[in-house]
Amino acid sequence: MIELDHIFRTFKVGDELVHGLDDVCLDIKDGEYISIMGPSGSGKSTLLNAIGLLDQLNEGRYFLDGADVTELTELEQSRVRREKIGFVFQTFHLIPRLTAAENVALPLILAGVDHAEREQRVNEALESLSLSNRSHHRPDQLSGGQKQRVAIARAVVTKPVVLLADEPTGNLDHASGIEVINILEKLNQQGITLLLVTHDIELGVRAHRIIHMMDGKVLT
Amino acid sequence: MRINDVIQFAFHAMQGYRTRTYLMLLAMAIGVASVILLTSLGEGARLYVTQQFSSLGTNLLIILPGRSETTGVMPPMMGETPRDLTLQDVEALQRSRHVKQLAPIVVGAAPVSYQQLEREVMIMGSTASLFSVRQLILSRGQFLPEQEITRASPVCVLGYTLNKELFGSLSSLGKWVRVSEYRCRVIGVLEEEGVSLGMHMGEVLIMPAASAQALFNINSVFRVLVETRSQDEMEKARQDVIEIISARHDGEDDITVLSQDALLSTFDRILTALTYSLGGIAAISLLVAGIMIMNVMLVAAAQRTAEIGLLKALGAPRKQIIILFLTESACLSLVGAMLGLIFGLAGNWVLQGYFPDFPFQAPDWALWAAVGVALSTGIIFGLLPARHAANLDPVLALSGR
Repeated sequence: MIELDHIFRTFKVGDELVHGLDDVCLDIKDGEYISIMGPSGSGKSTLLNAIGLLDQLNEGRYFLDGADVTELTELEQSRVRREKIGFVFQTFHLIPRLTAAENVALPLILAGVDHAEREQRVNEALESLSLSNRSHHRPDQLSGGQKQRVAIARAVVTKPVVLLADEPTGNLDHASGIEVINILEKLNQQGITLLLVTHDIELGVRAHRIIHMMDGKVLT
Repeated sequence: MRINDVIQFAFHAMQGYRTRTYLMLLAMAIGVASVILLTSLGEGARLYVTQQFSSLGTNLLIILPGRSETTGVMPPMMGETPRDLTLQDVEALQRSRHVKQLAPIVVGAAPVSYQQLEREVMIMGSTASLFSVRQLILSRGQFLPEQEITRASPVCVLGYTLNKELFGSLSSLGKWVRVSEYRCRVIGVLEEEGVSLGMHMGEVLIMPAASAQALFNINSVFRVLVETRSQDEMEKARQDVIEIISARHDGEDDITVLSQDALLSTFDRILTALTYSLGGIAAISLLVAGIMIMNVMLVAAAQRTAEIGLLKALGAPRKQIIILFLTESACLSLVGAMLGLIFGLAGNWVLQGYFPDFPFQAPDWALWAAVGVALSTGIIFGLLPARHAANLDPVLALSGR
């Protein structure tokens, strides 16, 4: 499913070169549930961004679904992101002027899905996250947990194969956090590959596999 | 991404940031409205002058005695003045089949009196056809009688102001006025009308051309106005006039024929140039509005950095981000232009109410140009912010850095 072959990502901070990812090799199978843990600055988010094709690699190869996506053009990478990858962020990143339903519809709009099909898929996604009665609310009228559920609905409405969640519970209270994790796990049981970045050990240990990171390296 | 979705996204964004949307719409609207108002001012001036000329009569040729042209020939040894135009010449001109009607004009100044009131006024000697050639309007009575050009008769028509000055509120029809040492009977009074090209018809006394010649003891004619049958026949009529007169003047080509069109087209060119330059000046405000759009869209790109990052994460390629931002600035300028169109036309309407004589009318090209320039400045100045937004690094954009 996801195969990282000796990937490197370095940043330049002042005069210093910082290794965001330092010779990372990783093999993730279809439908796996993985948590990525480590202290801040250890490269967890960088790894997630690299897998999400938001960041460019300096070295190494990345195979997604058997295809080498390292050398794709910007346009082709956008397409891969659109079709195969869903993102959930710590700060939700909902567009404040749009309603919940419109936020969920956004990836479908970008993909050029027609109106009727879009409406149906948005309704399905909202319903599966029990948000149907919140579909016409704007983000500022929703609680933190509801916002994150809308964000999850937006991530899965395109039926991606990989769901990348970067500290999805970081801005939530404990109860809402557990609720969000339960939803993500349920989606994983339905077949989606789930990568969860967290530094909450309680949540991290629930994954099938834990990847520990330190200074850009994967500890085994 | 579908086109209606792109537009909807742009309108959502416009609604999301109301203050800046209103400010930008205002800037664009002022730009477009000023183009419309200024060009309609210029165009109005042009139409006004054209109207003034057409009050002179259409298809008009004006014949002047003498040739206002210098040739390279040695100056004549003997003092030779051009031959006068006479009423016989005018009669001869009637033979041309391209001439619909003509009116000789004899002018001079003479004291006109009725009882104790006396005025020094301009006397205009002409014929019955002056009435239609100059498109005069009578308020009372009748115009000069139809008769042979060379015949004199003791009748006259008074201008509106002159009539008022001599007779006050009394009826002047049938009364005898004294013109210098002659007497003539008032048979008509002209309607009040404005100055038409320097000739104030309110203060003239019109009498038959032959009578005026007798009055001033001359046998020449000051001008001849020739109306042709149609616009196309102007040139033929001009040639006829020159031929007929030169045949009568021993082969001398000693008249000048002016056409109204020549004068009019000169004015037309000057005033059209004026309209264009006014439009150009107003277009500067459109340019300013364009720069404002660029400024605001750059701020918008900065404000919405996280949103741009999100769009990229959701799979929007650079091109799509550019399209989204360009559509937004295009929509802003288009809506602004439409508002400006409404303001401008409403302004025209209001001004027209205050100045009914002056035709405020924006030329069609100005409407199209204003909207076109507004839209293209919106797009051109939207391009830089759009590219700026599209080039943001998604990771940095999402983290809000």
